[in-house]
Amino acid sequence: MVYVDTILTVDNLHINFYTNNRCNEAVRGVSFQLKKGRTLCLVGESGCGKSVTASSIMRLLPPLSRIEEGRIIYHSEQGDIHLHELAANGPEIRSIRGAEIAMIFQDPMTALNPVYTVGFQIREAFLYHTKMAKAAMQQKAIELLRSMRIPAPEQRVNEYIHQYSGGMRQRAMIAMAMSCNPKILIADEPTTALDVTVQAQIFDLMNDLQKKHNAAILLITHDMGVVAELAHDVVVMYMGVAVENGPVEEVLTKPAHPYTSALLKSIPVLGQSRSKKLEPIRGSTPDPYNRPQGCQFRPRCDFATEKCLQEPEACSVGENHTVKCWHWEKVLANA
Amino acid sequence: MHKNSEVLLKIRNAQTYFPVQKGLLKRTVGHVRAVDKVSLNVYWGETLGLVGESGCGKTTLGKSILQLVPVTGGEFIYNFDGEEKDLRKLSKEEMMQARKRLQIVFQDPYSSLNPSFTIFGSLQDPLKKFGVKSKEERKRIIGDLLEAVNLHRDYMYRYPHEFSGGQRQRIGIARALSLQPELVICDEAVSALDVSIQAQVLNLLLELKEKHQLTYIFISHDLSVVEYMSDRIAVMYLGKIVELAQAEDLFANALHPYTQALLSAIPVAEVGRKRKRIVLEGNVPSPVNPPPGCAFHPRCPYAMEVCKSRVPELKTYVLDGKEHQVACHLAADKVGAPAKSRQAEVDSNATN
Repeated sequence: MVYVDTILTVDNLHINFYTNNRCNEAVRGVSFQLKKGRTLCLVGESGCGKSVTASSIMRLLPPLSRIEEGRIIYHSEQGDIHLHELAANGPEIRSIRGAEIAMIFQDPMTALNPVYTVGFQIREAFLYHTKMAKAAMQQKAIELLRSMRIPAPEQRVNEYIHQYSGGMRQRAMIAMAMSCNPKILIADEPTTALDVTVQAQIFDLMNDLQKKHNAAILLITHDMGVVAELAHDVVVMYMGVAVENGPVEEVLTKPAHPYTSALLKSIPVLGQSRSKKLEPIRGSTPDPYNRPQGCQFRPRCDFATEKCLQEPEACSVGENHTVKCWHWEKVLANA
Repeated sequence: MHKNSEVLLKIRNAQTYFPVQKGLLKRTVGHVRAVDKVSLNVYWGETLGLVGESGCGKTTLGKSILQLVPVTGGEFIYNFDGEEKDLRKLSKEEMMQARKRLQIVFQDPYSSLNPSFTIFGSLQDPLKKFGVKSKEERKRIIGDLLEAVNLHRDYMYRYPHEFSGGQRQRIGIARALSLQPELVICDEAVSALDVSIQAQVLNLLLELKEKHQLTYIFISHDLSVVEYMSDRIAVMYLGKIVELAQAEDLFANALHPYTQALLSAIPVAEVGRKRKRIVLEGNVPSPVNPPPGCAFHPRCPYAMEVCKSRVPELKTYVLDGKEHQVACHLAADKVGAPAKSRQAEVDSNATN
């Protein structure tokens, strides 16, 4: 079932990491579709595999990891490209990376190169992906910085990253990512290191860019608030499994997976004060090398039964809303 | 409301400046005004929330209360069972004794425990210092403490690396409670934790507060967490308190433009609650060279001429019978003339 406006399909993705003679199944069956002009949020706690999923799309996985199973298909204007089959650093993926699919990283200080000017790093993208003249590149870089609302861009373009503030660094990185008008923008926790008022600025920018270029955004976050404000669709991940997948209104108001439901009850919501006591999820996330059998959430779940020792299959709750839980009907009835 | 309107800690004009040094001779070329003339009261049994963006001085204020950083000026008057003493004027020995009453839970559970000591090793030092001579007794106390924070008592023989972040933070809380303190400063105590663990620690802190009748100063950049925990909330910007009110009032009726922007900037996990977001231009200015007048005026959408030259004072207004302190030239236009503050009353009572 591929929609006309679907730009990226991830289908049953499995990724393993091999370290110290042990195997960590970091991603164990993630499927979603990214659509043009829409924002999809991957949400989950640290270590749930959300960043690994994102970097696998860009084929930026570390050397000790491997895509074991599943497909990543980019529906480009020239036809479908099977990203998972491309050589990790081959010419095909390099012509897509930065031009058609761009990425923003969490920590701009480590993602940007301290020994080159910001302008140089933006121009680099043009150098690889376009046939622009040098002066035009510089001009375009200045324009990009201006569109990111960086003051005095003519001057700033020749400065180094340490001369920028945290929010400005992140905006410079977005400028870099947007330089070739990518069709897909992957943002891996782009505002986690920033203050809320700066976060609001960044989200404002990303919204504008999406409207202007009709780009699809894959946003990775652990903050349910960010999901509620920005996402159209949401994928909830737990221990490498996409446990729930659907439109944001449905998932946040009628969560069908016990984990989603428990997560929503455990975060304080602004303006509710103490009228509602938080209900924490008991226990802690299991060791990835010593996983529970069957459903990964079973040891912490209130609905768990014998049946949960088998891995649940994806069930359809509503249109485009799927959940991996044997007891989703009970969860919905209980909400 | 406060169970007891007795003041536990009175801070008056607290200043903590860090020198900025330059060159070979380390000449002082300026000061970072991390905490700049802050005055506030902490009441017995309440939770005072302290919020603000990074670099606004909230952590420094917490550390200044504990005298963990060299304080430049001001008074920190602590109520020692009815006897009021300035923490800055205590002798070294007296301060050591006072530390029993004042404890802190640090932000990073990974760096605040010594990796080469077992939990017992880390937690027994304060007990030793304050007179628990027998080892058996110390073991019993530490075991009880660990149980109080929902950990198994045998965990005291383990090393910090054997614990998860949430467990370590609970050990940090157990350590803070080991001497039965009165005031606990929680400095971003849950910021490093995952959301599902965060709620466990928050509820634990609330339970312990009830059980041990603690007073908290809860420092965090996360307003939703602060709202959940606090009775009163103080908002800081560039080393100063810009607004202080009851938690409900602050959210319902924010008077300072900075608080309004901060509240509107926070994403809320509720679908369909589309609020008008106030996006502030620019960044927080440098505390070495803060703008003249109101420090917020370069980013303030309502800035007037007076804001550029005169520093607004923190004044108390009465809104629906409740006190609301705000430092803004525009506040009087919105809510009428400032009332006589409770703080002023407390001061005059103290001098009488």
